[in-house]
Amino acid sequence: MDFTLSEEHLMAQQMVRDFAQKEIAPTIKDWDRRHETNPAVLPRMAELGILGINIPVRYGGQGFDYITLALVCEELERVDTSLRVIMSVHMGLNSMALLQWGTEEQKQRFLVPQARGEKYAAYALTEPDAGSDPVRLRSTARRESDVYILNGEKMWISLATKAHNILVFAKTDPHAEPAHKGITAFMITRDMKGVTTGDIHGKLGVRAGSTGWIAMQDVEVPVENRIGEEGEGFYIAMSCLDNGRYTVGAGAVGLIRACLEDSVRYANERVTFGQKIGHHQLIKQKIAYMQQWYDAARLLVLRAGWMKNMGQRNTRETAVAKWFATDMSVKAALEAVQIHGAYGFSDEYDVERYLRNAKGAVIYEGSSEIQQLIQADYALGYRKDRPLRCELPAYDPEFWQNEG
Amino acid sequence: MHVVVVTKNTPDTAATVTVKGDGTIDWGDSLVVNPWDEYAITEAVLLKEAHSGKATVLTVGTDEHQEALKHGLAIGCDQAIRVWDGALDGCDSLGYAEAVAAAIRKLGDVDLVIFGRELADIATDQHVYQVARKLGWTMLGYVAKIQALDVAARSITVNRLTEYGTQTVRSTLPAVISVVKDINEPKYPTFIGIRKAAKAEIPVWSAADLGLDAAALQPRTQQLRYQELPKREGTVEIIEGATAQEKAAKLIDRLIEEKVL
Ligand SMILES: Cc1cc2nc3c(=O)[nH]c(=O)nc-3n(C[C@H](O)[C@H](O)[C@H](O)COP(=O)(O)OP(=O)(O)OC[C@H]3O[C@@H](n4cnc5c(N)ncnc54)[C@H](O)[C@@H]3O)c2cc1C
Repeated sequence: MDFTLSEEHLMAQQMVRDFAQKEIAPTIKDWDRRHETNPAVLPRMAELGILGINIPVRYGGQGFDYITLALVCEELERVDTSLRVIMSVHMGLNSMALLQWGTEEQKQRFLVPQARGEKYAAYALTEPDAGSDPVRLRSTARRESDVYILNGEKMWISLATKAHNILVFAKTDPHAEPAHKGITAFMITRDMKGVTTGDIHGKLGVRAGSTGWIAMQDVEVPVENRIGEEGEGFYIAMSCLDNGRYTVGAGAVGLIRACLEDSVRYANERVTFGQKIGHHQLIKQKIAYMQQWYDAARLLVLRAGWMKNMGQRNTRETAVAKWFATDMSVKAALEAVQIHGAYGFSDEYDVERYLRNAKGAVIYEGSSEIQQLIQADYALGYRKDRPLRCELPAYDPEFWQNEG
Repeated sequence: MHVVVVTKNTPDTAATVTVKGDGTIDWGDSLVVNPWDEYAITEAVLLKEAHSGKATVLTVGTDEHQEALKHGLAIGCDQAIRVWDGALDGCDSLGYAEAVAAAIRKLGDVDLVIFGRELADIATDQHVYQVARKLGWTMLGYVAKIQALDVAARSITVNRLTEYGTQTVRSTLPAVISVVKDINEPKYPTFIGIRKAAKAEIPVWSAADLGLDAAALQPRTQQLRYQELPKREGTVEIIEGATAQEKAAKLIDRLIEEKVL
C-alpha cells in the first residue's frame, strides 16, 4: 500500500492553496458578512484551470486525476466553503456526469466549455417538496416531437443564478411504477425561454456562495440535451452524488483542518491561569480529537479517490467519507469556537463562519440521516450496487493527458 | 531571445530561525523559492512569451534546490538546469558567481540574466553583481520595469528604483538585472506546467562540465559564526488625556524627553 502523493499532486495542491490564501482569504469575511458572492471568484478559478482540474485535456480540462480533485477541494474549503461548493456542483455533480453519461457530441457541446471555464455548471434535483426523497419530485418533461417541454420548480440550487448549464431532473412519466423509473435528466441552459432564477437570502452559512431557485415554465429543451435515456434520470442523479459527495467530504476535511490550525494558533497565544491555554488538558483533548478527525476523514476521502482512479464502484465508500467528514467538521467547528471563547463567538475570528458553513454539509448531498440509512442498508444486505450502463471512467493518464 | 533566471530555495519566511550554540543556524525545515525570485521567474516567462523566446531557470546547489527549479518550470520556463559539484560545497558568493557565469557561458546564446533583488535568508545581493562582473556584462540592479527590450538592436531600457527616485537607463545586451516587487504580479504555476515540471528530468552540470577547476571555487571568505541579535526589551505606556489634542501634546513631550525627536 502506498500513501505517497505524487509531485504533481503536491504542486497542484500548493498552487490552489496559494490562490485561496492570497486572493480569497483576505476579503472572504466581508463578502460573507454582506451575504454576497465575490464576482471575481468564478472567472479567476476558470482562468487558473481549477474548473477543469480532473477532466481530460481532450475535453478542455487539465488532465489531473480524481485524487487531485479532493486535494483541491480541501484547499478551497480550508479558506471558505463557498469555493468548494463551486467544485461540487460545477465539477462533481455536472461536468463529471457529462464525462460519465454524456455522448461524444454532448461532451463537445457542454463538457468542453465547462472544463475550460467558459461556462459554469449547476445541478438541480431538489424541489420545494422533494429533498431527501427525490423520487417525489414534481417537475415534468413532456415530449413533443424533437423537444421536451419542461415545467416545475427547483429549490436550494447552488449557483442557480450564476450557472450557464444546469443539469435538471424531471418526470417524463409521472405515473411510472416504480416511480423512480419515470425520471429523466436534461441539460438546460439558463438563457432558455421560460427559465427564471433567483437567489435565496437569509442562509445560516455559505453566505459568500450563491444558492437559489429555478423556475421552468414551458421550457423547450431539444432532445439532444437529454442526458442518458428516458427513465434513466434517477440512476444518473444518484451517480452524480457519488462524485458530489466526494467533493463535499474532501472539502469537509479542509474545514476540519481550518478548525485545527486556527485553534492551535489561538491555544498558543491565549493565556489563562498563568499559562497558554494549549497547556490545559481539556484544550489538548479538543486539539487531539480534531487531529484524529482530520486524519480519519482524509483517509476515507482519499480511499474513495483511489477507487475512482482505479475505476471501482465507490458509492458506499464515498458516502461513508462524506458522512464522517461532514459530521466531524461540525464537531470540529463547535470545538474551535469553544477554544476561542467569546472571541470565537464573534465574527472577529473565522471559526464562527466555519461552524455556520459546516452545518450545511450535513444537510445537502444526502443528510447525515440519509448517510446512516445507506451504510446500514449496505451492511444489512438491504442495498446492493448494480452495474450502471455508463460507469465513471477510471483515470487513465494516457487518455487524460493527450490532446486527443 | 534567451533569458536565464537564476534562483534557489531559501528557508520559509514564516519559519522560526534560531542560532545554535556552535554559531551555526537552524533555518527550520521548510524551504521555499526565494520570495524575490518569484518576480524574477515571472518576468523571465513574461519576456519569453512576449518575444517568442526561450527561458531557462538555473540554480547552483544541492537537490534541496530542485523545488525552485520545478517551480520555474511549472510557471512556464522551458528548461531547468542545476549546477552542483562537491567542489562547490562551502563556496562563498564569488565561487557561486563563478559557477553561475560558467553555466551561462555554456548555454551560449543568453541575452539577459535575471535575479531577484536579494536572497531573503541572508539578505545579500553581492552574488548578482559578481556574476555580471565575471561575465563582463552590464549590471542593472533594482529594476522596477523593463520599458523596452530590443533583441535585434541589442538594447534594453529599464526603470531602476533608486533612493532618489526612478532612474531610466538604457544598456546594451547582454545584461544582468535584478528585479524588485514592482516589476510584476508573480504568476501561479499552470496545471499543464505542473505536469511538465513533475515529469522533467533536470540535468545536473558538474564543475568539469563547466570547465571549472576546483581551485577557482575555493572560498576566499569564511563564515565564522552567527550570533543571535540581542533581545529587544520593550514596554508599553498608555498616554492618558481628556482630548486627542491633549494626548498628542503629552505624547510629543514624552518623545522629546526620550530623545526620540
Ligand atoms: C446550501 C445548500 C446548497 C444546496 N445545493 C443544492 C444543489 O446544488 N442542488 C440540489 O439539487 N440540491 C441542493 N441542496 C438541497 C439539499 O440537497 C437538500 O436540502 C437535502 O437533500 C435535504 O432535503 P430537504 O432539505 O428537503 O430535507 P428533507 O428531505 O425534508 O428532510 C428533513 C429532515 O428529515 C430527515 N430525514 C428525511 N428522510 C429521513 C429518513 N428516511 N430517515 C430519517 N431522517 C430522515 C433529514 O435528514 C432532515 O433532517 C442544497 C441545500 C443547501 C442547504
